Amino acid sequence: MAALAEEQTEVAVKLEPEGPPTLLPPQTGDSAGEGGGGTTNNGPNGGGGNVAASSSAGGDGGTPKPSVAVSAVAPAGAAPVPAAAPEAGAPHDRQTLLAVLQFLRQSNLREAEEALRREARLLEEAVAGSGAPGEADGAGAETASALLSRVTASAPGPAAPDPPVSGASGSAAVSGLATGPAAPGKVGSVAVEDQPDVSAVLSAYNQQGDPTMYEEYYSGLKHFIECSLDCHRAELSQLFYPLFVHMYLELVYNQHENEAKSFFEKFHGDQECYYQDDLRVLSSLTKKEHMKGNETMLDFRTSKFVLRISRDSYQLLKRHLQEKQNNQIWNIVQEHLYIDIFDGMPRSKQQIDAMVGSLAGEAKREANKSKVFFGLLKEPEIEVPLDDEDEEGENEEGKPKKKKPKKDSIGSKSKKQDPNAPPQNRIPLPELKDSDKLDKIMNMKETTKRVRLGPDCLPSICFYTFLNAYQGLTAVDVTDDSSLIAGGFADSTVRVWSVTPKKLRSVKQAADLSLIDKESDDVLERIMDEKTASELKILYGHSGPVYGASFSPDRNYLLSSSEDGTVRLWSLQTFTCLVGYKGHNYPVWDTQFSPYGYYFVSGGHDRVARLWATDHYQPLRIFAGHLADVNCTRFHPNSNYVATGSADRTVRLWDVLNGNCVRIFTGHKGPIHSLTFSPNGRFLATGATDGRVLLWDIGHGLMVGELKGHSDTVCSLRFSRDGEILASGSMDNTVRLWDAIKAFEDLETDDFTTATGHINLPENSQELLLGTYMTKSTPVVHLHFTRRNLVLAAGAYSPQ
Amino acid sequence: MAEEKKLKLSNTVLPSESMKVVAESMGIAQIQEETCQLLTDEVSYRIKEIAQDALKFMHMGKRQKLTTSDIDYALKLKNVEPLYGFHAQEFIPFRFASGGGRELYFYEEKEVDLSDIINTPLPRVPLDVCLKAPKEQQKAEATEPLKSAKPGQEEDGPLKGKGQGATPADGKGKEKKAPPLLEGAPLRLKPRSIHELSVEQQLYYKEITEACVGSCEAKRAEALQSIATDPGLYQMLPRFSTFISEGVRVNVVQNNLALLIYLMRMVKALMDNPTLYLEKYVHELIPAVMTCIVSRQLCLRPDVDNHWALRDFAARLVAQICKHFSTTTNNIQSRITKTFTKSWVDEKTPWTTRYGSIAGLAELGHDVIKTLILPRLQQEGERIRGVLDGPVLSNIDRIGADHVQSLLLKHCAPVLAKLRPPPDNQDAYRAEFGSLGPLLCSHVVKARAQAALQAQQVNRTTLTITQPRPTLTLSQAPQPGPRTPGLLKVPGSIALPVQTLVSARAAAPPQPSPPPTKFIVMSSSSSASSTQQVLSLSTSAPGSGSTTTSPVTTTVPSVQPIVKLVSTATSAPPSTAPSGPGSVQKYIVVSLPPTGEGKGGPTSHPSPAPPPTSAPSPLGVSALCGGKLEAGESPPPAPGTPKANGSQPPGCGSPPPAP
Repeated sequence: MAALAEEQTEVAVKLEPEGPPTLLPPQTGDSAGEGGGGTTNNGPNGGGGNVAASSSAGGDGGTPKPSVAVSAVAPAGAAPVPAAAPEAGAPHDRQTLLAVLQFLRQSNLREAEEALRREARLLEEAVAGSGAPGEADGAGAETASALLSRVTASAPGPAAPDPPVSGASGSAAVSGLATGPAAPGKVGSVAVEDQPDVSAVLSAYNQQGDPTMYEEYYSGLKHFIECSLDCHRAELSQLFYPLFVHMYLELVYNQHENEAKSFFEKFHGDQECYYQDDLRVLSSLTKKEHMKGNETMLDFRTSKFVLRISRDSYQLLKRHLQEKQNNQIWNIVQEHLYIDIFDGMPRSKQQIDAMVGSLAGEAKREANKSKVFFGLLKEPEIEVPLDDEDEEGENEEGKPKKKKPKKDSIGSKSKKQDPNAPPQNRIPLPELKDSDKLDKIMNMKETTKRVRLGPDCLPSICFYTFLNAYQGLTAVDVTDDSSLIAGGFADSTVRVWSVTPKKLRSVKQAADLSLIDKESDDVLERIMDEKTASELKILYGHSGPVYGASFSPDRNYLLSSSEDGTVRLWSLQTFTCLVGYKGHNYPVWDTQFSPYGYYFVSGGHDRVARLWATDHYQPLRIFAGHLADVNCTRFHPNSNYVATGSADRTVRLWDVLNGNCVRIFTGHKGPIHSLTFSPNGRFLATGATDGRVLLWDIGHGLMVGELKGHSDTVCSLRFSRDGEILASGSMDNTVRLWDAIKAFEDLETDDFTTATGHINLPENSQELLLGTYMTKSTPVVHLHFTRRNLVLAAGAYSPQ
Repeated sequence: MAEEKKLKLSNTVLPSESMKVVAESMGIAQIQEETCQLLTDEVSYRIKEIAQDALKFMHMGKRQKLTTSDIDYALKLKNVEPLYGFHAQEFIPFRFASGGGRELYFYEEKEVDLSDIINTPLPRVPLDVCLKAPKEQQKAEATEPLKSAKPGQEEDGPLKGKGQGATPADGKGKEKKAPPLLEGAPLRLKPRSIHELSVEQQLYYKEITEACVGSCEAKRAEALQSIATDPGLYQMLPRFSTFISEGVRVNVVQNNLALLIYLMRMVKALMDNPTLYLEKYVHELIPAVMTCIVSRQLCLRPDVDNHWALRDFAARLVAQICKHFSTTTNNIQSRITKTFTKSWVDEKTPWTTRYGSIAGLAELGHDVIKTLILPRLQQEGERIRGVLDGPVLSNIDRIGADHVQSLLLKHCAPVLAKLRPPPDNQDAYRAEFGSLGPLLCSHVVKARAQAALQAQQVNRTTLTITQPRPTLTLSQAPQPGPRTPGLLKVPGSIALPVQTLVSARAAAPPQPSPPPTKFIVMSSSSSASSTQQVLSLSTSAPGSGSTTTSPVTTTVPSVQPIVKLVSTATSAPPSTAPSGPGSVQKYIVVSLPPTGEGKGGPTSHPSPAPPPTSAPSPLGVSALCGGKLEAGESPPPAPGTPKANGSQPPGCGSPPPAP
């Protein structure tokens, strides 16, 4: 069933094949079913930005399904534009129909509503003719567009025979709404609009069981599972939590408050400790009214909880439930759970524990099967004249030409095409400017002086402390060449420091600029206003705490994202704000420039990550699918992918090209607050509030390591330049260094592991820990490796 | 699965009274209990919801404390107007009061007098944010490991990994883990560990030290032999070193000459042990040895006891130490030289110390003699004459002056013989060297004659005989004691005909000897006691020279110690190689030059000596004999020892190529 929302809501905007070197903002939905009429409704103040929520390929068959480009409704409640209703000629009819349906329901005229709906669907199918009638109920709901399902509250296609409000098919409607939380629920920012969603969602709970029996059901199952064979017990135990949640919610929905409370009291202690946060939310939720607008609850309802269970265990469970005639539980299993059955040995408790913990269970195995080009792009060759210049520079410094062969070797290495690398022009990248080339040369020079790190040669750490920050430091970034540090503060300012003797200067005023001799050699020097030189520049513009900051690779721009819902682009030449990117209507937690510049990604409380280009005021891509806030966003070194870490305890990897989610990593037990790619692009390290750092193999889509040691949120992660060392900084005021080479050394990437996704984590994270360095009382907010592999760390001193 | 740890999820709700209070404050007087109940449930839920959102802001703000602004932002998320005005950085400004069974939180609002506020001076403006990093690290190049942060450089506690010095007042900052992980090599301190000696080692140590300072000469010889040869003493080295330095300290005060001699012999033995490397302990040994050289009084009866021999012996030790351990960084040699010169130049220095200083300097080699001693000969001569010819003041002074004179003559003559062209004129000497001139002249003449004689046949140097002393006993002991002194004191050994260096390793790979790295240099004129032996060797050499294996047997009878040792060694398969002696642990190669060549100068060996396997070298008459006679020099001495002569061809330093 359409459990995972990302499959529907990803923005499937294809690149214009012969477009300019940019990802164009969506203009037409690409779905086959519609002519594109009426989809070009990108009103500039459409609030949510235009999500071209086109149909993703269905689970089976892959037949083109009727899809609807949804314009997220403007906050003011402007009339929803019925974008591309299947009926070619009659969009207005449809709109009317929907309005009538809405009215009928609000008036509690159920029968009339049902009748009309049935008719409407028939009509719809008749007209559209592309309704993929043969779909299994699991995949069907994917066709539902947000708008449609919001109104109809029922899956259009698959569940046709069933009365829509009844239990089983209701679930289809629910899952159809998977788009709900991500796109309309947040993007369309008005809370009132959620309500139809909610009631639709909740209708799934209408099925009535005897409330007093719930405890009995649950303890019966518990008894069964605890008495089952050891090998099955661990797997079947995964059922406890989702069943507990859904049974509780059913009780609450059906207004059995006391039963619900006692049920919760009785069984919440059985749940794994990492679900504590969710349980806390649940515990406060005791009335049906509360369920409206509760996001956590919506997450449970809109996404199926995914369990991976071996076939044997599943059969065992099925037999048990059928024997007992335990329909209540069986219904929940059928409707709210997605059981990913595999053949073979049941997994051990350790294997399961490593992978579970996310809000919606584990990732489905298929979710991580697609091919990811994790290799690095070919480095552009630097032209000879520049190289000569560089050589002269070397000679001037009195250093002989011994560097030459080394540099050649670097060059030759980069000429080799990585088999895992994406095609060079898979996404258009900006052309290298001369200054970029100079910077690359500088980088190479520095590289030759780089310290080779290893367990025996640990890097030095230089800690930049923000004093008198009054707990207001919320974000830090350091330029790649380690010359500038930017800090985002809770008082809405962004401050940029120069940490080299070179002071920050802004460009002269226009009047003064006109006086400059433009032919002179040092024109770049002359345009700078010496009077403005200072070590610190403060950028004013945001109206809320600045949660994210990122320098552009060429050090000309700075991005900042803030609670006020904007991402701002600042010029480091003039130290003024150039653009405010509006799109997230809620706090933007993180933003980052692409390693090649031009693009950037942002993610926020609205549960989506957006891809932008600096010269477009609207996002090029919207990566939707997370079930909770997107806390951190990072570009893959080859700029073709974006990783996002979320409060739903999953990490997702998105393809920039088509907006698809290509990896879902589950295993964290707390919201993810930091991400970093290894320099070779093969691995991803993620840190969460649970203090653990997990390592992932992107190519195989597997967890490959777990680093335990921190006692608080891991705020920052960074690999050394050659990837030998992983540094992690945490709220527990420590920096820890880990042996990355050893961690990745003996990977279990045999076919079996890859095929099944069963991982056996080595229990040696303490051996990988190379060093722990404490600050006195400074949470480590940011880490950075200089080009020579010196670690820079930053944080604000917070007196206790 | 059931986690044993029970979660603490309390479902707290607001009391319904507060709803009533709130309602009343808004002017709604009568509110039903049922309504209150509903309201509290709802309000509690909403408050929890907001608190959970506020937590999110706290986390994203990288803080560990929830602030009022977090709540404002959470309200804003819900499209609720934030509660403006509740700003507090550090705490939530509610006060708690209780009484009469009621608990109350209230917002403290004092009445303040405006004029007070206006009249009080303005508070200090809070400091602005600043960025701080250890200064030196900002400039630091990453190619070099960073120095430790200066203490206090970073106020809030730098990362402790970087500098032990940087521990701020707050000791919490200590690293949790012991730092084998510190990056900066210069900062890496080895953990202080105490090396425990095993019981056997303790017993051994006790036995050895007792024997070394005991009364039984035989035992002592054995003990010293053990120190000089046994491998694996390094763990006891610190103890030995302390034993010696403490022993010298005590016995100098007590003027116990015998014990001082014994201790010096221990030093010698330690130095001779090739498995020990004394550099780490030189700082303890040098003061002890120096004390034995220059101390004003070393014995109870200075007029009778021969403390001069001890001074000579210790001086040789210091010279040896210099040679082995002096480097450009520790400057041992120059420091020692300075010490000696200072005490010699001093007018008031007693004759004993004077003697020691001169002896110490003289042992350091010809160059030192030439630059430091010769220029002062005239002055020193006057002083000696003043004592010897003047009125008899003190017998002790007279003896001292006498010894100094003979010492000067002994050391300077060979040097002068080399420096000055042959016609030795008494008057010229007198003019140059004052009262010592004539004596010097005669000595130089003698030295020349001797050199010539030596060139013709291996010959005892005159100077060796002149030494009546305990050294004699030392040299008779069948252990290395005599050897190096013999070599060292051969400034006269300009005449030293040939020195051959043989690398046992290169020579006889198949040999089973465990420490194959010994180089033994034997000079024919090494010492008085060995002269005999050498002579016998040289006679036997021609005979044995033709066959490779026979030397052992032929030489065996000639020298006692050799016999013994060789016989033990031959139990090992000597036949494995053509070199019978190959099986022996150590070799002594004595090669004698063809008579004619000696004259060519002591400086050069005609050719590199052949390896012992091919001992009968066509180039020189080599005698090969195995034996443990020499405890052996550690590898470096081989090239080093010849330097005593200042003129050893470098070719000898390396194992000779096969002819």
